[in-house]
Amino acid sequence: METYFTKEHEWVKIKEGVAAVGISEYAAHQLGDVTFVELPQVGKSVKQFEVLAAIESVKAASDIYAPVSGTVTRVNEALNDRPEIVNEAAEDAGWVAWIEMADPAELKNLMTREQYDDYLKGLE
Amino acid sequence: MEPLKSTPLSAEHEKLKALMAPFGGWQMPIQYEGIIAEHRWCREKAALFDICHMGEFLFRGDIVASGLEEVFTFSVASIPVGRSRYGFLLNDAGGIIDDLIVFRLAPDEAMVVVNAATIDKDFAAISARLSEGEFRNITAETGKLDLQGPLSRDVLAGALGPEIAAIPYFKFIRTQVLGVDAIVSRTGYTGELGYEIFLPAEKTVELWHRLLEDPRVRPAGLGARDVLRLEVGYSLYGSDIDETTTPIEAGLEAFVNFDKGFVGKEALLKQRAGGVMRTKVAFQVGSRRSPRHDYEILFEGERVGTVTSGVFSPKLGCGIGIGFVKPEAAVLGAPLTIRQEKVSMEATVVELPFYRGGSLRS
Repeated sequence: METYFTKEHEWVKIKEGVAAVGISEYAAHQLGDVTFVELPQVGKSVKQFEVLAAIESVKAASDIYAPVSGTVTRVNEALNDRPEIVNEAAEDAGWVAWIEMADPAELKNLMTREQYDDYLKGLE
Repeated sequence: MEPLKSTPLSAEHEKLKALMAPFGGWQMPIQYEGIIAEHRWCREKAALFDICHMGEFLFRGDIVASGLEEVFTFSVASIPVGRSRYGFLLNDAGGIIDDLIVFRLAPDEAMVVVNAATIDKDFAAISARLSEGEFRNITAETGKLDLQGPLSRDVLAGALGPEIAAIPYFKFIRTQVLGVDAIVSRTGYTGELGYEIFLPAEKTVELWHRLLEDPRVRPAGLGARDVLRLEVGYSLYGSDIDETTTPIEAGLEAFVNFDKGFVGKEALLKQRAGGVMRTKVAFQVGSRRSPRHDYEILFEGERVGTVTSGVFSPKLGCGIGIGFVKPEAAVLGAPLTIRQEKVSMEATVVELPFYRGGSLRS
């Protein structure tokens, strides 16, 4: 399963037209202890690179942007009680939402893991 | 800007891969393992903090004749030797130049412990008010480590000697630590049983290692310290209180002795008679969302004030904060809205402290 990344450090994994979305391990590390995730409403329609959700850590509050356009079909309710899952497994159990993709062609606006790793090196 | 100062422990923080950041003109450790884990360790075990950035001044002379008795909002002359007292250094308008603690070392000797960012202005303000006596800034030669947490007494008594176990709250002893003169004080900034240890700067690294040898002790940074202090409602100088804030507005009148003279007394008496335009308020958020410094406070749709400190409280499981508001909004149970450009949260005015379960007086 291919994983893509945004410059704002979201990841997206595509399976049968549905995109699982979260924040990268790099982003989770930068935030430090995550204390709150504001999940989107199921059914909400989002546009690529617009605000999808919000996340807070002890240090900072920031937005999570939608890596792809589409409709939110599922959210990770486990984060309501245990937002620290994002720190434990940002790119796995710490997923935030599923988005039913409106336009698979948008993936060309994202980075592959290799490209994202190079992008992170440029940030250091 | 002056270059950042570093404490004698900077190499130790580097070895521990601490996240470092400037605080009060010093390069300080913000976190080691993580703020939440360090907070928990302090509430449950014993956390060790590098507090070498704080300032220490030493006074020798006649406390009354020198004028020291009228420098602070509390009486120094009436502090028994071996005890310390918390209060304020005010300007003429009653604004807080600093909040600090005075340790009565001897009948003619006192140590003043002040915040890091205010060392120079405090020293100048106090010096200007003294007519005689010796007054020295001993910050550079003084190391300070805080050991805080319910297990701190057992740890320290084991490491330094059984006499530690008998020190009551806000008392201190002068004793030998690692073969040199030191002060061990039962004070702190966390709401837990804890100690502040003052010793010669060159011995700080050795004491740091000695205490960390104990598996019950882990290092904690200023990030955890900020969460710990806010959970018990302590003010942070520069965020919650400053020269534009009086102890009356900040709800800290208990640390002002109106039976004696002090700079700023007239202004405070006027404010006490005429009322305040703004007052400190504590509030609890209805979610895990964190209020933050400078967020707006609204009451009944109107902007009534500003958040001065806010965090997610691991102990309460929700956001908590303090701020300053128009007095009509500072009513227990009043519903507030805390807002920033993109963030909005509902909160309720509550009493301090937020967290009451600490081991402070155990």
